[in-house]
Parts: sequence; C-alpha cells; structure tokens
Amino acid sequence: MFVRIFLLSLFFLISVTPLSAATLADYTFEDAQKAADFRNVIEEMRCLVCQNESLAGSNAELAVDLRNEIFDMMTAGQDKDDVIQFMVARYGDFVLYDPPMKPSTYPLWFGPLFLLLIGAVLLIRALRKKSVAQETELSDNEQQRLDTLLKQPSDSKDAKK
Amino acid sequence: MIPEIGHYALILALSLAIIQAIVPLAGSYTNTHSWMALSRPLVWGQLLFLTLSTAVLANAFLANDFSVIYVAQHGNTKLPDLYKISAVWGAHEGSLLLWAFLLAAWSAAIALFSRNLPLPVVARVLSVMGMISIGFLLFLLLTSNPFDRTFPVPFEGRELNPMLQDPGLAIHPPLLYMGYVGFSVAFAFSIAALLGGKLDASWARWSRPWTTVAWVFLTVGIALGSWWAYYELGWGGWWFWDPVENASLMPWLIGTALMHSLAVTEKRGAFKSWTVLLALFAFSLSLLGTFLVRSGVLTSVHSFASDPERGVFILAFLLIAIGGSLLLYAWRAPYISGGGRFDLISRETFLLGNNLLLSVLAGLILLGTLAPLIYDAMEWGKISVGFPWFNKMFVLLTPFLALLMGVGSISRWKHTDASFLVKQLKVAFIISMVFGLLTLLPMFSGGNLMVGLGMGLAMWVVTSHLVNVKERLKHKAGFNGFLRDLSGGGRSYYGMILAHMGVAMFIVGVTMVSNYGIEQDIRMSPGDTADIAGYEFKFEGVSEFPGPNYNAHRGRFLISKDGKQIAILLPEKRTYFVQTRPMTEAGIDWGLTRDLYVSLGESLGGGDWSMRLYYKPYIRWIWIAAIFMGLGGLLAISDRRYRTARKRASSTSTLAAGSSTPAAAESHS
Amino acid sequence: MSRYLRFLVPLAIFAVIAAFLFKGLDENYNPRAIPSPLIGKPVPEFSLPLLEQPDTQITNKDLLGKVYLLNVWATWCVSCRAEHETLVQLGRMNKVDIYGLNWKDDRVAAQAWLRQLGNPYAANIFDKKGRTAIDLGVYGAPETFLVDAQGIIRYKHAGPVSPDLIRDKILPMVAELKKKG
Repeated sequence: MFVRIFLLSLFFLISVTPLSAATLADYTFEDAQKAADFRNVIEEMRCLVCQNESLAGSNAELAVDLRNEIFDMMTAGQDKDDVIQFMVARYGDFVLYDPPMKPSTYPLWFGPLFLLLIGAVLLIRALRKKSVAQETELSDNEQQRLDTLLKQPSDSKDAKK
Repeated sequence: MIPEIGHYALILALSLAIIQAIVPLAGSYTNTHSWMALSRPLVWGQLLFLTLSTAVLANAFLANDFSVIYVAQHGNTKLPDLYKISAVWGAHEGSLLLWAFLLAAWSAAIALFSRNLPLPVVARVLSVMGMISIGFLLFLLLTSNPFDRTFPVPFEGRELNPMLQDPGLAIHPPLLYMGYVGFSVAFAFSIAALLGGKLDASWARWSRPWTTVAWVFLTVGIALGSWWAYYELGWGGWWFWDPVENASLMPWLIGTALMHSLAVTEKRGAFKSWTVLLALFAFSLSLLGTFLVRSGVLTSVHSFASDPERGVFILAFLLIAIGGSLLLYAWRAPYISGGGRFDLISRETFLLGNNLLLSVLAGLILLGTLAPLIYDAMEWGKISVGFPWFNKMFVLLTPFLALLMGVGSISRWKHTDASFLVKQLKVAFIISMVFGLLTLLPMFSGGNLMVGLGMGLAMWVVTSHLVNVKERLKHKAGFNGFLRDLSGGGRSYYGMILAHMGVAMFIVGVTMVSNYGIEQDIRMSPGDTADIAGYEFKFEGVSEFPGPNYNAHRGRFLISKDGKQIAILLPEKRTYFVQTRPMTEAGIDWGLTRDLYVSLGESLGGGDWSMRLYYKPYIRWIWIAAIFMGLGGLLAISDRRYRTARKRASSTSTLAAGSSTPAAAESHS
Repeated sequence: MSRYLRFLVPLAIFAVIAAFLFKGLDENYNPRAIPSPLIGKPVPEFSLPLLEQPDTQITNKDLLGKVYLLNVWATWCVSCRAEHETLVQLGRMNKVDIYGLNWKDDRVAAQAWLRQLGNPYAANIFDKKGRTAIDLGVYGAPETFLVDAQGIIRYKHAGPVSPDLIRDKILPMVAELKKKG
C-alpha cells in the first residue's frame, strides 16, 4: 500500500512540471470544420499527466506539446482518425474518453442495451402474468384482499388472514 | 482540551448507537415495551453528542486551533469565517462527521414524526438507523478521527482547497449529504418491514414522504454542484461525468424510480418486492458513492485524499450493510405477496417501464464508472470512459423516459383503454410532432435532428400534462375547483405536474445549450473586441486586485448588443496565498434565455490575455428545472393524505399479519 | 426453487461488484498507470544529438545489437533525483547498458547534474523538443524501457525504478534477453 501512496505522490510531483502559457487561442484554422474537429479531438482525449483533464483543458507541458503536435498534423491535412491512430499507437486506448468499438469493448458498448433487453423481457413476463392472473379464479384470500383494495383504494393494505 | 470533548462525544454517540441498534430491535421481538420505547431517547442522545462534536470541530476552525491535524490541514487564520465553517466538511474526516451528524438528524426526525406509527415499527426502523450509525462512527473513530492532534503545533494552517472557497460549494455538500443520508430512512423502513414481515401499503405510505424529502435534497444538491462547476471550473460545462458526479446521479436515478414505485405500492399494493429492492439500492448506491470517492479506486477531480486502508474499511462496511440487506431480501422477499392485478395497459405498466429505464440508466452509469477498474481486473486492457460514451447512452435512452412520462401520468390505475389514451393524447402528440418538425426548418435548426427530438419531447411533456390537468379539472368547477383541489388532496398530483414540467424545462435547457452554445478561445489585447452571437465583448484589460487570502487578476469586459451596453463582466484569476494553484472565477451575465460567460485564461505578456468566451443559450433552465422538481416534491409531501395518514395509522397500529408467513404467500409478482 | 433463487440475483450482482472493488484496493492496482502499447514493438525512429556532444547525432539504429535500458529523465523532475542513485549503482554492476533520454531539459543543467550525481549512462540522447518522448509514449519522467538486441521494446516501467525492481524484474529479463541474443 505504501508503494501506491508513494507513487501517487510522485505523480503529483510530476504534474508540477514547468507550465507554459497554455491557450487554445493561437490554434487557428482556415476551415471552420477543421477548427471544430480539432477542438473535438482534443476535448475527447485524456491528458496523461493530470488524468482528470482533457487535452484541451490541461496546462501540463506534455498536453501543450501534444496539442501542438495534433495541430501540426491537422494543418498538414491529416484528419481526426489519423490523430486518434497516432495517439492510440503511443498511449493506448486509455487516452480516448470515447472508447473505441472493438471486441474487448463490446461489454461496455452493448452491456447497457443487454441490460435493457433482459429488463424488458422480465417486465413483459411479469405483465403477462399480472394480466392473465385476472382471468384465473381467485383464491378466497385474494378475493378478500381485492375487495379491500377496491373498497379503500387510498388505504389499501393486505387483508388479515 | 476542547477537541477531546468532540472526540469523547463521538465515542459516546457510538455507545448510544450500539445500544440503539440492539435493544429496541430485541424489544420488538420480545414485545418488551420499555426496550422499544428506549429507541427515541437514544436517538436524541446521539443527535446531542454529534451536534456537540460538530460544534467542537467548527469551533476549532474558528479559533484557528492548529494543534488539531484536520484544522491545520484545512484551516487558516486568513480564511473568511464562512469558509472556516464550510471547511468542517471540506475534506474527508469532517465530511464523514457531517454524514454521521445528518444521520442522527434524520433519525431524530423519524423519532419526532413517528408518534403515530406502531411502536415495534419505530423501534425496528431506529435500530436499523443505529446500525448504519455504528458503521459511520466506527469509520470515523478508527480511520478518520477529525480530532487527532499534532505536535509541534504549526503556526499556520494549510488552508481549505481554494476550489471549495465559494458560497455555492459551502452549502453543496450538506444538501447532497442530506439526500444521501435521507435515503437511509427508506432503507431502514424497508429493512424493518423485511424483519417484521409486514410489507404492505402502509409501509409504502410511511416511506413515501421521507423518500421524497431525501430526493428533493439530492436533486437540489446535485443541481447546486452542477451550477458550481459551471461558474468555478471556467469551462462553461454543467456536467462532466466525473466519477464523483456519477456517484451522486446513481442514487438520484434509483431514488426517482423508488418514488414512482412507492406510488404504485401505496395505491395498489403492487411491485412490493421490487419497491423494497429499489429502497435498498438507493441507499446502497449512496454508500457505494462514498466508497468510490474515498478509496482511491478511481481517479476523479474531487477525490478526497484517498487511502487504501480506509478503502478496506468502507468495503467491509459495504459488504455488511449492502450484502446483509440483500441477503435479508433474498430470504424474505419470496414471501411478499404480489398485490393487486392490473392490465397490460395501465398506469402500473407505464410506471414499471419508467422504473426499468431509470434502473438501466443507473446501471449503465455504474458500468461506465467501474469499467476502467473492471477492464483492468479482467486484463482486457486499460480504457477510459468519458463524456462521449455517457452522452451517447443517455441520448439513446432518456427520450423513452420522456415519452412514457406523458402516457403514464394520464393513465388510470389497473386498466386504461387504449382508445382513451389515443383520444386524450392525440392532440398533444400532433402538436409535439409538428413543433419538433418545425424546429427542423432552415430558419431554425436547419435539419438538426437532436434539436427536433429535444424540442418535440419537451413539447410532448408539456402538452400531455396540460391535457392531464384539463381532464382532472373537467369534473371540478373551473379555477375555483383548481384552488380547492390544491388546498385539499390534490397537492401530490400538482407536485407531480410541477416536477414533470421541470423535466420539460431540463430537456429544453440541455437541447439548446448543447446545440447552440458557442465557445471561442481567443487572445485579446486591451481595447480588443470580439463578437459572439450578436454580442460584443470589449476587453478593457486586467488589473490586480487583492482578496482576503488571495491575489486576483481581474479582467474587465464591456458587453454590448446593438451598440447598447448591457453588462460589465469581471472574470478573475485568483492565486491563493497558501495553496498556490490558480483558480478561475468566471464573469457571467445571466439571463433566462442566455448566459454570456467569460473565463480568464493566461497572461500572454504585454497586457494580452487568452480567454474563453461563451454564449450559453437557456442554460439556466437546467438548474431552474431542478428547482421545479424540488418544489414539486415539496408540494407533494404537503398533501393532506400524509397528514391524515399519520392519524389513521395510529388507529390501526396492530401488527397485521399480512403476508408474513410462507403459507400466506401466493405471489404473483 | 427458481422462485427463491431469483431473489438471490441482486445479492449475486452485488457480490460481483464487490469483488471488483476488492481488486481495486489491491496495492498493485494503480488507476493512473498506463500500460505502453509499444511493448513488443520496435523503438521508434529518431535522430538526435548527444547531450555531451551537441554535434554528434545518435539514431535508433546505432543502438541495435545489444540489450539496453532507456531511461527518460530530466533535471526538473523531482523523482528522477530520487531514482538516480539506484541507476548509478546499476551502472556499476556492468550488467546492462543504460542510455539516457534527457527530456525537454537544459543542456548545461543536465551536464552539471551528471557531474554532481554521477553518470550511469553509456550515452545521453538530448530530446530538447520532446518529440521522441512522444513517440515513446512518455507521459511523465522518470520512465524506463528495456530494449532487446533487435531493438524491440520488451518492458516499460513508469516512475522511479527501485533496487527491488532491478533485482526481481529487470536483471532477470536482461539475462534472458541476452541469452536469446
């Protein structure tokens, strides 16, 4: 455990590397679409030094360097995908806030839909039972309870046995 | 000596909590009246000692007693008094103390407002509250004592994190914690009901107002946090999908599902086992959030000084609290009766649909938040899950929630004719479709489908509820009938309408600001102007400005529209004396239909500065929506039903056997 | 039976989540560590001057044919100072060559640092602009790469190397890579 605390504190030290005047103001593009792409791509990438900030938001020197690099790439005609490829080749998928779609991320991308599907199936099954139950004969106990419910809709409670 | 009094008070509170957890519960089984009756005085005693303890810590901050480590770490002589108070809950130890204090406060509220509940129920509920309290007090005393001393005594404190030196954030944690801790009441009621085997409509009726109050606090607390992030972080964003934000949103979503499910259980006796499960989950997720924030398992902006040892303790606590309650659930839930029957098309069905969607949303946040951890543990590679993923998932699922809202609230219990729904909602549907399509016209969004969807849905929520109100008032005499309804038993209904209008406002705010927000990073020299969305921002330069415990660079901007000056904005960049990191204070001209927002970047030399200028249309609606939801919740709990319910409950205070025995259980759920 | 079992589902889900959380508390789990996608890939091409001789260029090809450590360091990096003594001792063992990548540093300061604290490096590559560091996926100094004779990166450690790490991990890997040639 000590090791980890130590490491974390070291990372903190690393982040205190010299800051340079960081501003996005100096990145200008002729093409408005390119400018928007640039903005998007650096917002959707994680700064590797202060990992809670995006590349767009970080003032860490590495972030500034990477922004410059990406700016150069994009002004040289490369597009968003080229930039993503460039970054992933060096830092891995970790750098992407938007996880790529690939077999290992299927659980992430389809998990929620799978969850919804299971829930929907269970829901429909429960609803079927509920609506079919009405057609079956009620036990005395149930009939009594139903009566209570119908009589006092706002104060319904289970009937005593 | 004084800090030790705070420490002893904690130990005394723990002792009382232990008695509270055991004696009244035992009394409820042995039917020993005196043991059960002990629960209330014990709760008051706990509140007394925890108030004392909190007051002692606040006093230590106000008195600059740096011999207390926690005060030395987060206090400072130059800190304004307001922030000396908020520093009490500004970091790990003190915020846990706040948790424990609020838990005692909620327990006391139960003791106070439960005069008409059957004593065994009160005894069990308060015992469960006592058990939770034991967990938190042990955590405080064993791993995170805020009263620990240090020697030699430092001359000056290291000061509160500058990010937290803000009036908004001073009250954000108490509100949020009121929500988290508030869900412990619904949790305790559920556990008590599972223990006692009496899970019926009256259980739902008792739990309902408590859940709603907690939900109101959580709603407002989250909104306040979002608002704070907006003006303090300098990025113009209002939600970042940070793990800590996610930790608060999960209980909110489940809490919302719980409120709706409780309505069904109260009115129709249905979904009981599901409602209990939601009550258990709402509080479990609050606890889980605490774990995630404080254990260092996830990287987050807000993370408290994380410490794996504390992580181990909280995990053990989670295992006992959540694991134990789910075990109890697995044991008892099979004997819960199914309750009333209903048709495929009925309000019950739509509310179940709402529950499903809200639960899936909470589940996907949990998945996204834990995914980096899961992927690492499974050795599937290291990934980050950020806002693009969450946004996509939410945009995919939430529209169905809005659709269901309109249909569900107008449906009848048990059975609704499809033809009735069609007849009622036809007009609302057509209006919404047309409205949504209109926004796609070139002069509006020019084919932006997200705008069409958002505006159409907002219109749908509004119109379908208008139809709903009209239908309700049909049989009441006009406006006077409305007033009578409002003063009588209709408040929970109008509360629902109000809260749902909040949802519509929220949809409008989010749609507008995410599609029409403009941001510009720009370098400006004094005298420069920039034009955004027809507003002219004139930069007049930056001057130095001393604060009580910081130095600020303050920029001055004149904002004008059509040549007429409308505002002066003074964004700041502050450097705090002790914690030297720079902080931004955005300059904002707010309005109902748009915010103009300036955030100071860096000095580029020669009087030049980099800045971010934003135009944020309708962003206020997002937070106003939360106020609507909160007011809706408050209106709902002021309903006459809950006042009379208390009286009525006392007359039926015998412990109904209900469906507590396996033999009686003929579950249809 | 299934009627009873399904009420155990919530507990089972919680158990799975708790297992992951428990794993997250493991001291070997560091949420901030970024595994390098360059493991098993060749050292990126570079041609940079040496720290000590500004006129002499060194390229990745010059380093082919031997197993070596590539250590990223800088004088502004606090934890590099903490690590340095360990590297000096490793250098004295003569078991593996250490090359330094002096990252975004001041040439004079870096040379003074080596004179003062000892120089364990066979040579120091001077990466003033940090472009090669980007190609290496460096995100914070110090970082250490282990490269085989074919110029393939076999291992990377982020953060200061400890004597334990050298003894238990790096030297055994070096011996194995050397055996393979």
